[in-house]
Amino acid sequence: MSGHESTYKPNSAFERWLDTRLPIIRFANDTMINFPTPKNLNYWYIFGGVLAVCLAIQIITGVILAMHYEASVDGAFASVERIMRDVPYGWLLRYIHANGASMFFLAVYIHMFRGLYYGSYKAPREVLWIIGCVIYLLMMATAFLGYMLPWGQMSYHGSNVITGLFGAIPLVGESIQTWLMGGPSIGNQTLQRFFSLHYLLPFMIAGAVVLHIWALHVPGNTNPTGVEVKEVEKDTVPFHPYYTVKDAFGIVIFLIMFAVFVFYAPNVLGHADNYIEANALVTPAHIVPEWYLLPFYAILRAITFDLGPIDAKLLGVIFMFAAIAVLFVLPWLDTSKVKSMRYRPVARQFFFGFVVVCFLLGWCGAANPDDAVIPALQGDPSLVVSYTVEGAPATASYKGGEEAFEQAKAFMASLPVGANPSLAAVPAPTFAFRHLSLILTFLYFGYFVALFFIGLTEKPKALPESIHKSVLKRKPKDTGNAVPAE
Amino acid sequence: MKTFRILAAGLAGLAFAGFAHAAGGAKHPHGPEGGWPFEGVTGQYDKASVQRGYQVYKQVCSSCHGMKLLSYRNLGEPGGPFYDPAYPNPNDNPFVKALAAENEVMNAEPNEAGEFDFRPAMPADRFRSPFPNDAAARAANGGALPPDLSVMVKARHYGADYVYNLMTGYPDPALFEDREVQENGETLYQKVLDVSKFEKLGHYRPEHTAYLVQPAGQYYNPYMAGDTKPNYEGDPRHAPPGGFLAMAPQLTPGRVEYTDGTEATVSQMAYDVSQFLAWAAEPKLEARKRTGLGTMVFLLILGTLLWFSYKQIWRKVEH
Repeated sequence: MSGHESTYKPNSAFERWLDTRLPIIRFANDTMINFPTPKNLNYWYIFGGVLAVCLAIQIITGVILAMHYEASVDGAFASVERIMRDVPYGWLLRYIHANGASMFFLAVYIHMFRGLYYGSYKAPREVLWIIGCVIYLLMMATAFLGYMLPWGQMSYHGSNVITGLFGAIPLVGESIQTWLMGGPSIGNQTLQRFFSLHYLLPFMIAGAVVLHIWALHVPGNTNPTGVEVKEVEKDTVPFHPYYTVKDAFGIVIFLIMFAVFVFYAPNVLGHADNYIEANALVTPAHIVPEWYLLPFYAILRAITFDLGPIDAKLLGVIFMFAAIAVLFVLPWLDTSKVKSMRYRPVARQFFFGFVVVCFLLGWCGAANPDDAVIPALQGDPSLVVSYTVEGAPATASYKGGEEAFEQAKAFMASLPVGANPSLAAVPAPTFAFRHLSLILTFLYFGYFVALFFIGLTEKPKALPESIHKSVLKRKPKDTGNAVPAE
Repeated sequence: MKTFRILAAGLAGLAFAGFAHAAGGAKHPHGPEGGWPFEGVTGQYDKASVQRGYQVYKQVCSSCHGMKLLSYRNLGEPGGPFYDPAYPNPNDNPFVKALAAENEVMNAEPNEAGEFDFRPAMPADRFRSPFPNDAAARAANGGALPPDLSVMVKARHYGADYVYNLMTGYPDPALFEDREVQENGETLYQKVLDVSKFEKLGHYRPEHTAYLVQPAGQYYNPYMAGDTKPNYEGDPRHAPPGGFLAMAPQLTPGRVEYTDGTEATVSQMAYDVSQFLAWAAEPKLEARKRTGLGTMVFLLILGTLLWFSYKQIWRKVEH
């Protein structure tokens, strides 16, 4: 199955017997023990292993939590609290599972940015990248479904927003929305199907992970230079023990950070409103998804204008899904033959800009779209008197300090009886988060467009001759051996 | 490029800080002086305070607020306020039994005649709910539903600080003036507050001297999420922070007579009941922090061993 020559030699009669029937030991040996791995991988490459651990943690804790959870609108909230109070170490299981979702996404984002930086999506690894994107999509679906299960206020109203997105699709949207919810609104049937799917999808992720590893082991790992393995003897080391020990060290460091959240700040990544039982009649002041979906939420809300026949809501949905879809076609958008950004001086600047854009989008997603980005630059609110003149509504606006209030008061007193005046403070127009989100949305997509053109014109730096040569960089005689990139 | 990275890291920090935004226009809560004993890596609940807090809940809050996720036995479980190592099973703890028996609950099983009797509660029973259902609770409270307090501290931003500030944050009732208004031929009596006299508003106060009109059956509190603009007679741009809630100020000096002799000041009672509610929302906090310490020590030792293994294994490979 792997691209490299198998070096496994069955040692016992049983192993020889098994090897001709089900070569499972050979398979394990070739993928996890002898697999030749570039010797120059840095710590950004540990996150594949970290993610495997995250998936295992989520599945194990999730299966146990499911034994105690009750998927019904009357019992879900109380059953989660029962897990926290009465199930032995239930609080630990639930906090690991809830924070584990955040840790999973943290690791996957680092893993994806690493892939973007070192060009891991380029030939011959396009399929590997696409399977990774599928896993990411499945993760987002699983996380969203799981967030529904505690049946808190954010669970309920968040699900309302997300299922509502499908309602924006023309013609069939409403039918799809009804089909997803299992009825005209979110209720017991929605919770039950979300629970069922939340249990199913992780195993689909696990299946996709197998394909991901298969697709990795055909071309082998990339490495920070982007130069492919030329001589296995010189350029690589066997996966075990070299990378098992390095990954294990990285995983433990990651688990320490994970444990800090679980034991000392278990609710800091969640939202307080989700400890209020779901109530369809009370909408939270500020509906926000979990942090890992905030950049996409910002893109969704950034679009506030209609475009021809497409209304703003549908356009927002299109942009949000396009933000994920663009990752699938990235291998063909980036025209540069050089993989690693280390040797791409122009694209590298754009990459760091892209990282900043993603963080800023997350910030916008968490903020109220109408709030000022920089409150210090926002002017004083003006006073607006609304009243009616002979049945028609009219307004009068006053700007300034205390005297504006006096003028508005005097004006209100001067109005005839029946004008029904009311006074309100209207914030001064300013550069708000919805404006920033819109700019960032275009910058987000702009990165992928830029990659297309940069690849055509950029003059890359000299690539090292081989992985082996690149790691000998400390010796001065080797620095002259570099050859220009193709 | 270096500066770019620093900038990126700074913005990442900012993005995370953005999540911790405050809700509405309410006043930012501050905890009691000296903080809470259950904060920090080794923090634990002050058992005596949680015990007093239960007394405040029982004698004040429980007449309107239920705690349906708690049972009386929880009071005597490890980490609970009345835990006694002599009774590993809290259902045997005579003190917990006595606390439970102070409440009358409806039997879950019908009697021989098929009717449901009332009986003294047992440790296994849930905390008694003050109202049989939400409609009854609303009817008794002017249309407002007193929220369940089981996880209240986790259900609000700033948790125990918020509860503590809310309970102590009401303006002194003596600051309110009565005003007669004629509306549609009827005489209405309004409670109005001269905002400049309300010292708890701090630096906000001195410049603005207009009246805040308290709606009937509602009470102003600067820590409550909401909007005071429609009820403020002054410049709406300077409406005081906070909002209105249907709960009147409950804690008055000496409202509770503490069994341990502690003086029942308003801030003492608020402190105790906030800590009791913090315990109720997170009863396994102490076990969590204990387990956390062991886990951290284990992971640090494992990480150190793996670091040296890594150095040892890679010592001959240039990479």
